[in-house]
Amino acid sequence: MLSCPVPQSATELVLLGHGSGGKLSSDLLRQLFLPAFSNPLLDSLGDGAVLELSGERVAFTTDSYVVRPLFFPGGDIGSLAVHGTVNDLAMMGARPEFLSASFILEEGFEVDQLRRIVASMAAAAREAGVWLVTGDTKVVERGKGDGVFINTTGVGSVRTGLAPAPQRARPGDVVLVSGSLGDHGVAILSVRQGLEFETGVVSDSAALHGLVQAGLRADPDPHVLRDPTRGGLASALNEIAAASHVGIEIEEESLPVQPAVQAACELLGLDPLYVANEGKLVWICAPERADALLAELRQQPLGRQAARIGTVSAERPGLVSLRTRLGTQRIVDTLVGEQLPRIC
Amino acid sequence: MKFLDEYRRADLARALLREIASIVTKPWVLMEVCGGQTHSIVRHGLDQLLPKGVELIHGPGCPVCVTPVGILDQAMAIAARPEVTFCSFGDMLRVPGSQTDLFHVKSRGGDVRVVYSPLDAVEVARAHPEREVVFFAVGFETTAPANAAAVLHARRLGLKNFSLLVSHVLVPPALEAILQAPDCRVQGFLAAGHVCSVMGWCQYVDLVARFQVPVVVTGFEPVDLLEGIRRVLLQLEQGRAEVENAYPRAVRRDGNVPALQTLQQVFEPTDRVWRGMGTIPLSGWRLREKFREFDAAHRFADVPLPAAEESPLCRSGEVLQGRLKPDQCPAFGRECTPLTPLGAPMVSNEGACAAYYRHRRSPC
Repeated sequence: MLSCPVPQSATELVLLGHGSGGKLSSDLLRQLFLPAFSNPLLDSLGDGAVLELSGERVAFTTDSYVVRPLFFPGGDIGSLAVHGTVNDLAMMGARPEFLSASFILEEGFEVDQLRRIVASMAAAAREAGVWLVTGDTKVVERGKGDGVFINTTGVGSVRTGLAPAPQRARPGDVVLVSGSLGDHGVAILSVRQGLEFETGVVSDSAALHGLVQAGLRADPDPHVLRDPTRGGLASALNEIAAASHVGIEIEEESLPVQPAVQAACELLGLDPLYVANEGKLVWICAPERADALLAELRQQPLGRQAARIGTVSAERPGLVSLRTRLGTQRIVDTLVGEQLPRIC
Repeated sequence: MKFLDEYRRADLARALLREIASIVTKPWVLMEVCGGQTHSIVRHGLDQLLPKGVELIHGPGCPVCVTPVGILDQAMAIAARPEVTFCSFGDMLRVPGSQTDLFHVKSRGGDVRVVYSPLDAVEVARAHPEREVVFFAVGFETTAPANAAAVLHARRLGLKNFSLLVSHVLVPPALEAILQAPDCRVQGFLAAGHVCSVMGWCQYVDLVARFQVPVVVTGFEPVDLLEGIRRVLLQLEQGRAEVENAYPRAVRRDGNVPALQTLQQVFEPTDRVWRGMGTIPLSGWRLREKFREFDAAHRFADVPLPAAEESPLCRSGEVLQGRLKPDQCPAFGRECTPLTPLGAPMVSNEGACAAYYRHRRSPC
C-alpha cells in the first residue's frame, strides 16, 4: 500500500478554506451537499433558485454574513447583509422585493453596536427598495459565537423570458465588468487586526439591481450575470467557464483596478483578480450588444468604470486564460483555499 | 504605481527582447534563483518570449519549498500544544509535513495564527503573557533581519514567553552546491534582488571568481528580469564572468548595513538540511547561544516528533536543483496538485510547481 504523508483531499475536518469560495468550497458543495439535496433547481448552481409559484416567477436566495471587522470603510456587516442578498437576486435578473433577517448574537455583545448595525441594515434596505418582512434572533453563550452573525434570505420577481445563468455563456460572447476589482477585500484587509495600513480604499458594497435594470435596456437577454464576491473575478469566471463548457479569455490591459488596490495587493502578495468585490458584476452578453451595454452601464453611478475585459471562446473549455501586457498567455486558476500572503 | 508600472511597460520589455535576440548566437542555460522571480517569469510568460535555445531553469529560492520536513514536523508538534500560540507567515500553513499540515493542526484546535510580521507575534506575546508564543522563522536573508529585530525587541520588553523556531537558509552556499554538482548545467545566474538588498552584491564576488560564472543581481518585474537576462547573456557571449547589479534601485554593494549588524548580533552560521537537496554546510543561520531562551527548538526540545517521511512520488528535489521542470514530473497535475500537494513547491506562492500549475497547465 502506498502510504501518503500528505493531507488527503477528503479531509475529515472542516478547514477555513472550505468557506473561501475556491476549490475546497466547491468540493464540499459537490461531494457533500449536492448528493444529499439534489434536485433540478439546486443542481443548476446559480446565485439562487428561480421558482414558479402560481404562474409567477420568483427568485429565492439566502446568504450568511460573518465578516470581521464588523465595521469597515464603506460599510458594515448590516449593509453587507442587505447588499449581498439583494445582489444575488439581481444576478438572477430579479427585482428584489422582500428580505428576512436572522441574527445570531453572542452573549455579551454590546447592544449599541447592534443598534448601529440594524440602523445601517435599515438604511441599505430602504435605499435598495426592499422590505425586511420577517426575522429571528438567537443568542449563544459567550465564547460560542463571534459577536454577531447575520443571515438574510431574499425573494424577488423575475419577468418572463429573462434567464441569465452560469451555463449560458456562448463562444463569441463578450465579458464586461461593471467597475474596479478588489475594493471590498482590500478595504477589509486594511483594517483587520494586525494589518492596519492606510489605503484610503473603501468597500464597494452596494446594491446592484438598479444597474442591472439599466443594463437590460441595452441587453434584454443577458447570458450570464454574476457578482464576483468571495474568490474575486477569477473564481466567478472559472465557475462560468466550467458551467458553460467554454473557455474565457481576458486581457490584463483592460482590467480595471484602482491604483491604491493594486498597491495594497503588491505589498501583501495578493492578486486583485482573486480579491472579493461586493458591488461589482460580471455581465456576459451577445457580441452585437456589447457596445450599447457598455455605454449604458457607464452612465450609471455604479458602472462608471465598466470595462469590456474579454471574450468567450470554444477553445480550452473550462479554462480561464489571461493575455498579459506582453502578449503572452497564462491560466487564471481557481484558488485552492484562502489567498495566502507571500512570505518574502 | 511608481517603481512598478515603469518596470512592466510592454514597449521597454519588447525593446529588451529585441536586444537579447541580437546578442544570442548559441544556446545558454540560466538559473533564476528566487521563487518570486520564477513566478514573475511564468506569470508574464517571459520564457516564451526568449530566443530558442535560451533556457531558464528554476532555482531553490523558495523558502517554503526548502524548509525540511523535520522542522515542519517540529513546527506542527509545537503548534499542537495547548499552551502554545503558533504564529507563521501564511504560506507555511499548507505545506505538508510527514503527517499533516498547520491548517489541520488549527482545525483540531491548535492556536495557529497568520501574521504579516514577526513583530506582530511579539505583540501577541506581550498582550498574552499566559501563552507561549512561537514564531516560525523561515526564509532567506530577506526575512532574517526582521526576525532578528523581533528577538531584540522581545528581549527589550523582557518577554519570557516568546521564541522563534528558526529555519533560515542562505543563498550563496546553495548556489555553490548547485555549481559543484557533477551534472550542473547552469551557465549563469540571476541573483535574487531582495536577498542582495540585505546582503549586498559583494557576496558573489568570490563565487564568481572561483566558478567563472556570471551573476547578475536582478529584480522581479518583467523589465527587471529581461534586463538581468540580457546582461547574463551578454557576459556569456563575450566570455566574461562578473558580478553585475541590474537592480540598483534596491541593491548596493555592501547591502543594508544596520540590517547586517542586527543579523550578526543575533544569528550565527550553521549547517542546514534543505528539503530536496540534503545538508549543505554553513547554509543557514541559528540563534546565537546568548539568545537561547528565544529558541523554540531549545524550549520545546522534549516535544516528540514523527519519523520524517517524504512522498516517494515527489521529485521536488530535482525541481529545486533545476534538473527537472515541474511539468516533467510524473506526479505533476495528477497525484500532485495545489489541493493535494506532495511537495512544498506545489504549495507555496513561490514554488515552481505551483507556478506551472497555476499559469501553464494544459487543459485537462
